Amino acid sequence: MRSFSYLSAPDVETALRVIADGEGVKFLGGGTNLVDLMREGIERPATVVDITRLPLTGIEELPGGGVRVGALVRNSRLAADLLIRTRYPVLAQAVLHGASAQLRNMATVGGNLLQRTRCLYFYDGAAACNKRAPGSGCDAIGGFSRGGAILGASEHCVAAHPSDMAVALAMLDAVVEVESVRGVRRIPIADFHRLPGDTPHIETALAADELITAVELPPVPVAANSRYRKVRDRASYAFALVSVAAALNVEDGVVTEARLALGGVGTKPWRATEAERALLGAPATEDAFRRAAEAELAAAVAGPQNAFKIELARRTIVATLRRLLTEGSAA
Amino acid sequence: MAEISLRVNGSAHELDIQPQVSLLDALREHLGLTGTKKGCDQGACGACTVLADGERINSCLAPAVQYEGREITTIEGIGHPLQEAFVHADGLQCGYCTPGQICSAIGMLAEHKDGMPSAVTEHLAVTGGELDDAEIRERMSGNLCRCGAYNGIVSAIREVAG
Repeated sequence: MRSFSYLSAPDVETALRVIADGEGVKFLGGGTNLVDLMREGIERPATVVDITRLPLTGIEELPGGGVRVGALVRNSRLAADLLIRTRYPVLAQAVLHGASAQLRNMATVGGNLLQRTRCLYFYDGAAACNKRAPGSGCDAIGGFSRGGAILGASEHCVAAHPSDMAVALAMLDAVVEVESVRGVRRIPIADFHRLPGDTPHIETALAADELITAVELPPVPVAANSRYRKVRDRASYAFALVSVAAALNVEDGVVTEARLALGGVGTKPWRATEAERALLGAPATEDAFRRAAEAELAAAVAGPQNAFKIELARRTIVATLRRLLTEGSAA
Repeated sequence: MAEISLRVNGSAHELDIQPQVSLLDALREHLGLTGTKKGCDQGACGACTVLADGERINSCLAPAVQYEGREITTIEGIGHPLQEAFVHADGLQCGYCTPGQICSAIGMLAEHKDGMPSAVTEHLAVTGGELDDAEIRERMSGNLCRCGAYNGIVSAIREVAG
């Protein structure tokens, strides 16, 4: 790993000032992604500012029924929180399906939002990758593409977004609160992650001098009946091939509210708005669930090695909705 | 270089190290505590698992400077019934992953006692569920054993968990 200078920020103000004034400054949270990327030479900060001593570790109930989660809440603490488990079971489940217990004890909520793709070509310094080296091309296209995205890709990048947590946050319409010396901004999760387009190296709406301070969960009553289902190559401790975050309300056999987001298949955490539209007012039947999945996946583009994901996503959406209907929430 | 004081197994150690040195390398190369093992060095195998303030972490992804002031426990600082249980249950063959397995299992038992759910927990709102084999396997999935001694590992943990 290249050498760097290290500073532990005692307060938010110091952290923001150092990143505003310096060049090549990176914030260090749990380190579970950044340290690995630094070791691989993909991230090369001159200065690392440790933010884990900042007082951003609270989980607070908001008036009106929402919850505010500090950016430095560890993933394990988030999943263990009883308010989250009962009010947003899909979020607790999504977090518990990511990484391992050791990594969840280290990883922070803010860092999880910023984790970078595990595309093999992004990690391989000898391969062309527009995300790692803008303008160099994309060896993933036409390469080993099993892990690649089928939604939201461009001719410049097909890398899938790796987060489970962010899929649940997309379903919940979470708001990301960020701060810099210039002030505070609130970014809806749908706008936080960017599609690759022709600038796949720009992954989020976060400016270079901004710090994620919190994630706010709005009140989402339908989330009381929610679940996260993840399909992967082994039973645990692997990235998603397909994952589904879903919430469902049914009255008299008719869908009155549905929320759906997908992981493992999109270049960003994928809110399945087409499927939601198809579900609203539809009968709560297997047929209607399948049609909704197909409405979302009509836009899917796959290569020979990841074409299976279209069918897998369709089946996983249907299975998750069916389980919500028959067994209710994960809580 | 950074001068830090690292608390390991109850003793304070003064170290003068570069910020890029991992906690794993600090333990092994600077303090001579080679019980903690380096497997993948990228957070994928769990061989480097240690306890920080009683919580299990991957020491390979932890910059040592970040852990100043935390109480680090490595296999050298552990005397736990799990160690005997691993021997009795054939929870190892080559033994390379074992220090990480033991540290991880101690952290896992504490998490379960605290009411932490897992990905296979049926009802998230219910705390204090039983630690059955499926729960043990899921909660220990961050520790790979390339000899495949998993059945022994699960039964050793089950025996100690009671």
